[in-house]
Amino acid sequence: MVDFLSHYLPSWLAFLLVGLLQCTLIITWVAGGTLFFIWLERKISGRIQDRLGPTRVGGKFGWLQSLADGLKLITKEDLMPDGADRLLFKLAPYISFCASFTAYLALPFSDGWVAQPLNVGVFFIIAIVGLEVFGVILGGYASASKWSLFGAMREAAQVVSYEVPLGMCIVVPVMLAGTMDLVAIADQQRGWFTNWYILHDPFTFIIFWVYFTCAIASVNRAPFDLAEAESELVAGFHTEYSGLRWSFFFMAEYGSMFAVSGLAAILFFGGWNGPIPIADWIGLHYAPDATSWHFFGYVGNFLGFLNFMGKACTGVAVMIWIRWTLPRLRIDQVMKVCLKYCTPIAAAMFLGAVLWHYEFPVGLGVLSANVAGEVRESWNTPAARARAADLRADSATVADPQAEPAARVAAGGAL
Amino acid sequence: MNLAGTILLAAINWHSFFFLFFALFACAFALAVVFTPNVVRMAFYLVLSLGATAGLFFLAGADFVGAMQFLIYVGGTLVLLVFGVMLTAQGPFVSIKTRGGEWVLAALVGGSLLAVLASIAFSVPEWQGGAPKNESVIAGVPVTAGVPVTGGGPVTGGGPVTGGGPVATGGPVAMAPAASAAPTSAAMGMGLLGMRVDRLEETNPLKQSGLSGYLLPFEIVSVHLLVVLIGAAYLARTKRRRAAILD
Repeated sequence: MVDFLSHYLPSWLAFLLVGLLQCTLIITWVAGGTLFFIWLERKISGRIQDRLGPTRVGGKFGWLQSLADGLKLITKEDLMPDGADRLLFKLAPYISFCASFTAYLALPFSDGWVAQPLNVGVFFIIAIVGLEVFGVILGGYASASKWSLFGAMREAAQVVSYEVPLGMCIVVPVMLAGTMDLVAIADQQRGWFTNWYILHDPFTFIIFWVYFTCAIASVNRAPFDLAEAESELVAGFHTEYSGLRWSFFFMAEYGSMFAVSGLAAILFFGGWNGPIPIADWIGLHYAPDATSWHFFGYVGNFLGFLNFMGKACTGVAVMIWIRWTLPRLRIDQVMKVCLKYCTPIAAAMFLGAVLWHYEFPVGLGVLSANVAGEVRESWNTPAARARAADLRADSATVADPQAEPAARVAAGGAL
Repeated sequence: MNLAGTILLAAINWHSFFFLFFALFACAFALAVVFTPNVVRMAFYLVLSLGATAGLFFLAGADFVGAMQFLIYVGGTLVLLVFGVMLTAQGPFVSIKTRGGEWVLAALVGGSLLAVLASIAFSVPEWQGGAPKNESVIAGVPVTAGVPVTGGGPVTGGGPVTGGGPVATGGPVAMAPAASAAPTSAAMGMGLLGMRVDRLEETNPLKQSGLSGYLLPFEIVSVHLLVVLIGAAYLARTKRRRAAILD
């Protein structure tokens, strides 16, 4: 898009416009999506508790309820405790929101529809989502309240612990794909749903559930929402917050929920590649090397976008469902789940997935349309592989280990 | 280059603008860490300073190093730091006053380090010549040739952006768009596994012996970390046992 605009505008202006456009789109989705998810949460929790949820505001399904909530929050008084660290207290909600928002910069919404195509997309998102805890810790500390401080300390311990199994879970799809580029990872699951990594082998099927558990814990949702346990800590780290600042914490939470769900959709559920490749059959396919505008490719990309949104929103809905179904864990149970269950299971599944990939490099190939491990990296062209084979004089090992290095590096990072 | 020229260049060149922005941000908050008496704020300013350093890495096209900076330093180390500070910083320990002698000592050590680094940085001939010219920014190295394992030199602002791909050379391109899309991570991973994919075309048999990558350092570091982990677990356990025996 920058290249396109550069023909008509000075390039600095083109960069500025494109950057502003992308940021505006992302912020619109994070804020607007929050309104939708809050409404969804109210409806789902109502149904689970045998209620109707909001029905009055805005017609039949109460779909304006979130807007009414938002107006109420804006008009609330912005309070600050006397003993608070004023600077940190004011900054903390913005830090949380910024971390949640920044993760979207590397999250592709469809084939190539990503604000900043990063070669280390998975790694970047995991690193950034982990930063959200800073806002919580600082907010809890700066509030000068013991409830807030307890909530913040629980959150810090929880997030630091859960980053270990989360990193291990993410390493498996990265290993299968041989790249950390999210667009390339989703691209390799093109075709039928049997190409999705969750159905790649039994180990990835199990490790998805471990990932989902750790993702819920890392975005601080029930049953892992100890930082805001209202039965013990009033409201945890945001006890002293009110009005718009409080709503920033909320937006960060829902934004992160969607981010980790979208990451799960890309890593395990093929991203924008549907269960049945209908768009490919009727030619709505975007060729990655096409330079000019392709209308049908664009339509296909839009269908893929809807597909991705559907998968990610389903993930958020499941998180809401879990929240209103399961009771909150105690802090020792949270640590036990992480260290005694999630981490060993993730490690064992990682080992199993490595061995499986070593034994069946192209998967089981039930309905496989594409060769696994065909990485869209420039050095990994057939010519380069042939040269490498000549150099090493051991052609069998060249195609195989390509999957592992990125995984190893990511594992080192997670530790 | 005078100040007005720098500002003018920054107005039209986003690469320079963001370089100056992140550099000033990092330096300002590094100074704030030194001058703040409050321990928690020190940790917070350190977060911002290290985050801005990660921004510099991203700007240089070394996005793996940038993400690593976020994950390890900002996300991992500093969360633990803030956690520890929060647990211990009660009452009299929240505020730390620095005495006069400590200022002198710190200024001496820090100043000498700065002098060494600055003299080294200015002694590299490629890095001299002020802000990057547009041509030097867009004249990217072919993707297979440059793997910025070390994060690259262009952090100081002079050299070409490491790992930049083929960029259209029409008109002044402000940032190097292909720099951040350069496939560095898989190449680095292959290097750690013992295969330098950036040197696949090396035909000189003498140089081929040096292409075994970084498998040995990687394994040494891994074993070292494992030893540290086991040691930490052992120390934590023995303390508890001894207390149980005393009881």
